[in-house]
Amino acid sequence: MNDLRPLSELNPGDHGVIAAVHAPEELGKRLTALGFSTGRPLALVRRALLRGPLHVRLGTTDVALRMAEAAGIQVRLAAPVPA
Amino acid sequence: MKRVALVGMPNTGKSTLFNRLTGASARTGNWPGVTVELASARVLAGRHMVELVDLPGLYDLHGFSDDERVVRHFLEAAPVDALVVVLNASQLDRQLALALQVKALGLPTLVLLNMADEARRHGIRIDEAGLAAGLGLPVAALSAKLGTGQAEAVRRLASLLDAAGPARDAALREALAEDHRRESAVESLLARHVHVPPRLSDTASDRLDRVVLHPWLGLPIFFLAMLAIFQAVFLLGSPLQDGVEALFEGVRKSALEPLLAPLPDFTRGILLDGVWAGMGTVAAFVPLIVVFFFFLAAVEDSGYLSRAAFLTDSLMARLGLDGRAFVMLLMGFGCNVPALMGTRVMRDRPMRLLSMLTIPLSLCSARLQVFVFIAAAIFRPAVAPWVLFGLYVTSFLAVIVTALAFKGRFASREPFVIELPPWRAPTLRLVALRGWLEVKHFLRRATTFIFVGVVAVWLLTHLPSGAAPAGPGTIAGWIGSALQPVLGPLGIDERLAVALLFGFVAKEVVIGAFAVIYGLEGDALAGELARSMDWVAATSFMIFTLVYTPCLSAIATLRTESRSAGFTALAIAWPLGLAWAASFAFYQGMRAMGL
Ligand SMILES: Nc1nc2c(ncn2[C@@H]2O[C@H](COP(=O)(O)OP(=O)(O)OP(=O)(O)O)[C@@H](O)[C@H]2O)c(=O)[nH]1
Ligand SMILES: [Mg+2]
Repeated sequence: MNDLRPLSELNPGDHGVIAAVHAPEELGKRLTALGFSTGRPLALVRRALLRGPLHVRLGTTDVALRMAEAAGIQVRLAAPVPA
Repeated sequence: MKRVALVGMPNTGKSTLFNRLTGASARTGNWPGVTVELASARVLAGRHMVELVDLPGLYDLHGFSDDERVVRHFLEAAPVDALVVVLNASQLDRQLALALQVKALGLPTLVLLNMADEARRHGIRIDEAGLAAGLGLPVAALSAKLGTGQAEAVRRLASLLDAAGPARDAALREALAEDHRRESAVESLLARHVHVPPRLSDTASDRLDRVVLHPWLGLPIFFLAMLAIFQAVFLLGSPLQDGVEALFEGVRKSALEPLLAPLPDFTRGILLDGVWAGMGTVAAFVPLIVVFFFFLAAVEDSGYLSRAAFLTDSLMARLGLDGRAFVMLLMGFGCNVPALMGTRVMRDRPMRLLSMLTIPLSLCSARLQVFVFIAAAIFRPAVAPWVLFGLYVTSFLAVIVTALAFKGRFASREPFVIELPPWRAPTLRLVALRGWLEVKHFLRRATTFIFVGVVAVWLLTHLPSGAAPAGPGTIAGWIGSALQPVLGPLGIDERLAVALLFGFVAKEVVIGAFAVIYGLEGDALAGELARSMDWVAATSFMIFTLVYTPCLSAIATLRTESRSAGFTALAIAWPLGLAWAASFAFYQGMRAMGL
C-alpha cells in the first residue's frame, strides 16, 4: 500500500518517506537544512496539546514544527506493521 | 596574524570549540541560536598566531534571519585566511550540504566533525579519510565538549594555513541551480563514507522525552521543575547572603569607621553611608545570583529550552508569539539584554518586535534581588516565597496583556520550525564558567551603574547641606514631593520615589538607594522598611518596580536591535503606563477592601 498524506495528518507512531515539500523559498531552505528533503525517511513522534507543534524524527535529527508548516510536506506512509 | 572563522549550523558546538581552543568564555547552551554576535580571540596554531572568530550558527549561506545576516556580512566584509566548518557528526545527512556550500566560497576550509562522542554512542561510523578525499577538504573528528581530537584538529588547521594564500573575503553570489548538484553529491558521500545504524528506538533521551513532553503532564512538570529550581536557589543562596552581609558590617565596624574617622563629615558620609552601605547592600546578593545562574546555565545546557518551546508554542501562538519567544522570556529571568538579542533568530520583524516588547517584563535577576530584599523585610518567612512566586506570575500576566494589546499591530506569519537537540548533561566546567561570568558582570555593574547610582542618591538626599538627610528639605525631598501626585495613589511615598528614579539606571540600585536613603544597612534597614510601609504598599511598590521602564542597558539594546527610535519610545512608555495602572488597581483595590 502506498498511502500519500500531508505530515499534518499523520498519527504519532506513523512513519514513511518524504514525497514532496511545498514551501515558500525562505521556509523551504530552512526545512531542507533541517533534513526535510524528498526521499528521506520520517516518523511522527508526538503531537503537542491543542493542535500545537508536531515532534518529527528525520534520521538522527528531531524537529518541532507547526501544523501550518507540516501541511506542505507530503509523506508516503510505510505499510503498517502487522500487530 | 591569520584570521579564521568558525561557521556551521546552530548548536553544533562552535562556541564550545572556540572556548576550548582560545580559553575565552563565550556563551554556550543546548539551544540553536545562543551566539548572535561575533566574538574573537587569539590562539596559536603551529607557527601561526590565529584570530579565531566565533560566528552565529546558520542553516544556509543564503538565510534570511538577523543572526544569519551577521555571518553573511562578516564573510563579505572581513577578509579571512581560512574557514572552519563545524558539523555535528551525528547529523551529517543534513549538515554536509553546508560544507559543500562553504567549499564553493573558494577559501581554504577545514571540516570538523564535532560531537564525535555522541556519534560513537549512536554507533555511527565515519570514514574520515574517504570523506576528506570525496569532499576535497581536510577533515578531522573531535569532541569540543570533552577535548578529544583537539590537538589533531589544530594540527590540521596549521597545515591548512601553511598552504594558504593571502586573506580575502568570500564571494557569496552563486547560482541557486547549484543546490541540486550538491544534493546528489551529498547523497553519494553519505552512502560511501558514513555508516548510520538503524536508529535505536529507545534511547535514554527518548525515555526522558516521553515524560517531559507528555501531552498533559509536560507543562505542569515544566513549571514544577522551575519552582523546584527556585527553591533550591534560595536554600543554597540565603545562608551565603547572610554571610556576605555580616562580612560587610564587620569590615565597616572594625576597619572603615576607625580608619575614616579623621575625615570631614561630608566625605565620610559619602564614603561610608553612600558608597559602602549602598554597594554592600547590593553585593550581599551576589552569592544568591551566582547560584541562580548556576541553575540557569544547567537548564540552558540540558536541552530543556527547546522542549519548553515545543510545549508552550500553541499557547504562545494565541498571543501572536511562538515557542521561541517563551524561551527568550525564560532567558530574560537571568538578564533581559541577552534575551533581547536572542530574538535575532526570528526572521519576521513584527514578531521580533512584539517579542522584544514583552521581554523587558520578564522578572530579571536584578529585580529579583529587590523583591527578595523587600519580601524578606515585610513578610513572614513562610509567606515570602509565595510573594516572589506571585511576582513571577504577575510578570507573565504583564507579558500576556502586552502581547494581546499589540499582537494586532505586530501581526506576523513567521513559520515555527525548530530543532529539538538531544538531552545533554551540563558539565561542571561550563556551569562554573557561567557563575564566574556573572561575578565579573556584577563587578562591572558595581563599578559603573551601581556606584554612580548610590553616590547620586546620597548627594540628592544630603544636599543642600544642613537639611535633615533624606528629609523634605533636600533635593530628593523636592523630587519626591513633585512626584507625589502621580505616585501617591499607588502608595509610594517621597523616599521610595527617589529609589525608583534611580532604579531606572539599573534595578539593583533600588536596594542600594534604600540603604542610602534610610541611612541603615542589613537587619536595621529591613526593620525600618517594615515600619514605614505595610504589606499593601510594599506589594504595590514591587509591582511597579517589576513592570516600569526597562533599565538603561535594556533600553540601549532595544534601540540597537530594533533600529527604531519610535519602537524604543513605545518600549519605555508602555511598561511605565502599565506599571502605573497595575499598581493603582492593586493598591486602591486593597484599600477599598479595607486592607
Ligand atoms: N556531547 C557533546 N556535546 C557538545 C559537544 N560540543 C558542544 N556540545 C554541546 O552542544 C551544545 C551547543 O554548543 P554551542 O557551543 O553553544 O553551539 P554553537 O554551535 O555555538 O551554537 P549557536 O551559537 O547556537 O550557533 C551545548 O550544550 C554543548 O555543551 C561535543 O563535542 N559533544
Ligand atoms: Mg555559539
